[in-house]
Amino acid sequence: MPLTQADFDAVLLTLKLASLTTVLLLLIGTPIAWWLARTGSWLKQPIGAIVALPLVLPPTVIGFYLLVSMGPHGFIGQLTQSLGLGTLTFTFSGLVIGSLFYSLPFVVQPLQNAFEAIGRAPLEAAATLRANPWDAFFTVVLPLAKPGFITAAILGFAHTVGEFGVVLMIGGNIPGKTQVASVQIYNHVETLEYAQAHWLAGGMLAFSFIVLLALYSGRRVRQGW
Amino acid sequence: MTERTPRTCLALFAGLAFCASALAEEVQVAVAANFTAPLQAIARKFEKETGHNVVASFGATGQLYAQIQHGAPFEVYLAADDSTPAKLESAGLGVAGSRFTYAMGSLVLWSAKADYLDGSDAVLKQGQFQHLAIANPKAAPYGLAATQVLDKLGLRAALQSKLVEGQSITQALQFVSTGNAELGFVALSQVFKDGQLGSGSAWIVPQTLYAPINQDALLLKQGQHNPAARALLEYLQGPQAAAIITSYGYNR
Repeated sequence: MPLTQADFDAVLLTLKLASLTTVLLLLIGTPIAWWLARTGSWLKQPIGAIVALPLVLPPTVIGFYLLVSMGPHGFIGQLTQSLGLGTLTFTFSGLVIGSLFYSLPFVVQPLQNAFEAIGRAPLEAAATLRANPWDAFFTVVLPLAKPGFITAAILGFAHTVGEFGVVLMIGGNIPGKTQVASVQIYNHVETLEYAQAHWLAGGMLAFSFIVLLALYSGRRVRQGW
Repeated sequence: MTERTPRTCLALFAGLAFCASALAEEVQVAVAANFTAPLQAIARKFEKETGHNVVASFGATGQLYAQIQHGAPFEVYLAADDSTPAKLESAGLGVAGSRFTYAMGSLVLWSAKADYLDGSDAVLKQGQFQHLAIANPKAAPYGLAATQVLDKLGLRAALQSKLVEGQSITQALQFVSTGNAELGFVALSQVFKDGQLGSGSAWIVPQTLYAPINQDALLLKQGQHNPAARALLEYLQGPQAAAIITSYGYNR
């Protein structure tokens, strides 16, 4: 196998980025999805549209805005500098923030669908049994929405693994910090190292197929209940 | 330029091409990212004078090479180095003997801030910055030249942790112009206009610190019978193109 240490580092970094992003997105995405599923506010459609934006925007647009806003003259850059954190471009934290935007709809939308499918009845029943809202959320909603959480986690993880354009724009190709697998494949293709490109690209293909297969198989089993 | 014969061959072919130039043809050109601005200027003049139409695709030299290898419909290849066109020529994808150096690139250390660099390597040596942008040295000739400069100055090890790589020289420029990197090695042609620096501050790196960046052109197999392709290559060697090319900071 012609893969080098840099290739393995890139794969490890990709898995680290995707895991961290998925955990953070489940924490951030759950309240957003819950609010979107329940609210009757006029803000529901605009917020829903903003969440869905990364589905249709090319990653270069997100990457470009992040590059400018995280830079020393941008508003995120000014904020992080005033907090003594420096700027976030070319750092792993910067990639995590980019990935949060990039994969947001892939986590929020399955959760929102799951919450909407539960409807109000189980919660009203819980309320008549004197469960407080938090209690009802953890003992009623979470178990019922479990398939939604699984779908959200898998899609969020897989989509972050496949991230390329955003990383390319704000990463700076630093080994061990911002050089993820998709960028490494691009490097190999650019430098005509096709054997290494094939190994990494084949690995990504197999990984994506297995993830989607697991997702669809799980869905079929659940529908069979 | 070592070979003379290709030039005379080309001149002959171009002569034939000029006879046919009453018929406006289209020529598809693959252009190295650093030559974007000068080619656009040259194409405008060329189109006006010959009536031909130039369709240009800009990208990293290696990326364009991969595309040509896999059947991209380009007829003329303007690379940022001399080895990639040579490879295509010997692989039979280019017309034998059509290769020539159309420009010699200059490397510049550039900052978007007006008073950051003082025309010397002092700031580089002091190392009081967070990020130094370069192009990927394995894929882009200007990136390779940048690492040669750092090696020659003995600064490679000290600055390694501050290096950020753009995939092409265009992206390296982007990092610097948005202020994300305080300074970076880019092509002089990117920041030079009409014989002077467009904005920011710079140190024009002495040619002795890096191997010459010979940018070679090649007529590709697909363009063999296209008079517009031959005419464009001939035009690139002429005085009008030379004036534009040097005004962007290249040598001829």
